[in-house]
Amino acid sequence: MTLSLLFYIISTLTIGSALLVVLNRNAVYSAVLLVFTFFNLSILYLLLEAYFLAVLEIIIYAGAIMVLFLFVIMLFNVGKEQVLPKIMSFQRAVSLFLLVIFFTGVSLFTIQGVQDLHQPAGSASIGNVTAIGEALFSKYLFPFEIASILLLVALIGTVYLAKRKI
Amino acid sequence: MDLIDFIIICIKVVLVFAATMLAVMGMIYAERRISAFIQNRLGPNRVGPKGLFQPLADGLKFLMKEDIIPTAVNKPLYLLAPAMLLIPALMTFAVIPFGSSLTLFGRQISLQVANINIGVLYILALTSVGVYGIVLAGWSSNSKYPLLGGLRSSAQLISYELSMGLAIVAIVLMTGSLRLNDIVSSQQGHLFSWYVFKQPLAFLIFLIAVYAETNRLPFDLAEAEQELVGGYHTEYSSMKFAMFFMAEYANMITAAAFTVTLFFGGWDIPFVDEAAMGNWGALLSGIAFILKTAFFLFLYIWVRWTFPRFRYDQLMNLGWKVMLPLALLNIFITGGILTIIS
Amino acid sequence: MATVVTSYEPTFWDKLYIPALFQGLMLTLKHMFKKKVTIQYPDEKHVPPEGYRGLHRLNKYPDGRIRCVACEMCAAACPAHCIHIVPGPSPWEEGKERYPVRFDIDLLRCIFCGFCEMACPEKAIELTEIYDFADYSREGLWIDKAGLLEIYELTKDKNFYDNSNEE
Repeated sequence: MTLSLLFYIISTLTIGSALLVVLNRNAVYSAVLLVFTFFNLSILYLLLEAYFLAVLEIIIYAGAIMVLFLFVIMLFNVGKEQVLPKIMSFQRAVSLFLLVIFFTGVSLFTIQGVQDLHQPAGSASIGNVTAIGEALFSKYLFPFEIASILLLVALIGTVYLAKRKI
Repeated sequence: MDLIDFIIICIKVVLVFAATMLAVMGMIYAERRISAFIQNRLGPNRVGPKGLFQPLADGLKFLMKEDIIPTAVNKPLYLLAPAMLLIPALMTFAVIPFGSSLTLFGRQISLQVANINIGVLYILALTSVGVYGIVLAGWSSNSKYPLLGGLRSSAQLISYELSMGLAIVAIVLMTGSLRLNDIVSSQQGHLFSWYVFKQPLAFLIFLIAVYAETNRLPFDLAEAEQELVGGYHTEYSSMKFAMFFMAEYANMITAAAFTVTLFFGGWDIPFVDEAAMGNWGALLSGIAFILKTAFFLFLYIWVRWTFPRFRYDQLMNLGWKVMLPLALLNIFITGGILTIIS
Repeated sequence: MATVVTSYEPTFWDKLYIPALFQGLMLTLKHMFKKKVTIQYPDEKHVPPEGYRGLHRLNKYPDGRIRCVACEMCAAACPAHCIHIVPGPSPWEEGKERYPVRFDIDLLRCIFCGFCEMACPEKAIELTEIYDFADYSREGLWIDKAGLLEIYELTKDKNFYDNSNEE
């Protein structure tokens, strides 16, 4: 019961802060709110008993990636709105369309779904370090390695773009 | 979990919090006295016996000071930043075991607030979150020097977090667990079962990275009084300024305790079986833990007044070109040896 | 003549830096246990060396007569113009005819150069070793003849600060 209540509170906070990330006009505020969203997400992972994922969410997204984002925002000193492009009516129509599709999908799932949303549903080992490690290095080894090669390529590309004379 | 367990946990939380705050005050005193001794001075010795109440006087002074909020700051973030730095710093200590288990009224109480299975990652996560306080303090002050301090600090923390994490990976590989209790218990027995003797390279990398993580000399480029006035907290005054300092010292205490836990057997006393000695063993182990942590805290101060500050490019070179390859090499060697043995 | 500059090529052991770091730590540790140089001021006072130029005094003859003859040499020598003398006929029968009716020194202007001491033909004005004479008011730092003579009484026998240590 308390867990359910916690779930609803946290998910409201998550959605609210995520919306604010998009609607906010100040880039630094958006970044900070995104960090807050990540924290809420990690609490949701905790409710699913996926402790490892919860901590990884904070270490990688909140602790490393968002710091870099904030770093870049601060370096360029993005002011209010000045770099935001004018929203075209075409884009607006497409985004509205996608939004409608998304919400119908979500509402369909919620209507059909029977279980409470936050239940671990018998997959308690999913957030386990050992389970994730074993899955990554046996069942999903190939996609894992492909992803790492992709990251390496991106890294080399960035270095090449940033530094012409190597 | 019944009511008594809950009460015990509450008591532990309060106790650890109080101990950390007390240790912060002790550190402020120790820093001032030891720095003075190293410079052939006496240091504060007027308030109370041997100047022991100096931190109280300092705190009182901070409370009495006028709290100035400059007009051009970004107010919400400016007010939030000190708390964002202090809260993770105080939360980190929760997973560190500070003694073996105590048996009171037929109940076994482990001397640790939370025995979670990913303790190492928990500490890494919270230390990485602590950057936000510094970065946002720097940005929201709307001033040149804090901004530079904040930028430096964020780049520095990201660089050194990697080497620190990789140095810990070697320990985790040897233990096979992310639980800090398991790491401590795997170091029990004789002196050479401590990881500092099994993983000297990892220890060195970890120690250096920890100094960079806590923004202490020789890596205190985020504050760098001579170039950046005061770094990220230049525009802060009164209790908010004090909060930055409390966070710095709390971080140092946790870092020292973490070093002891990972590399110096935690609360372990070599050649002594603490569990067989009952409550006395628990007490002795707690004292051993405090003494070891105190040594590392002393090392912090000692190093601060011995070594000059790195230049920024030297810092980055050391982090990316020396420490990171060494840490990777260390993991490689550790993994290789472990595969050969098993 | 050309000099051959031989630069020291660091060995691998040097490049590790760890022995050097350890050496540095040992040095600071050694300093921790050295004798401290701090003088805890209000409790123990620094004793200035001979010839220290502190607060002024007006010397007296053993019979109590003032040495000063109000020649105003000191006032003339003073680069800060801080000495103000009003001369008058001496009230004593024997000895010098002139004597200062008023002898004031503005300590806020004085730069403690000691020129007055050097200019004085009678060895009447002298700088003592007293250095802690701060005051809360400007008036308090205007020292008159009585004050200068009082300082003579305080400092004539021995070093002012040695005295306060013995008590």
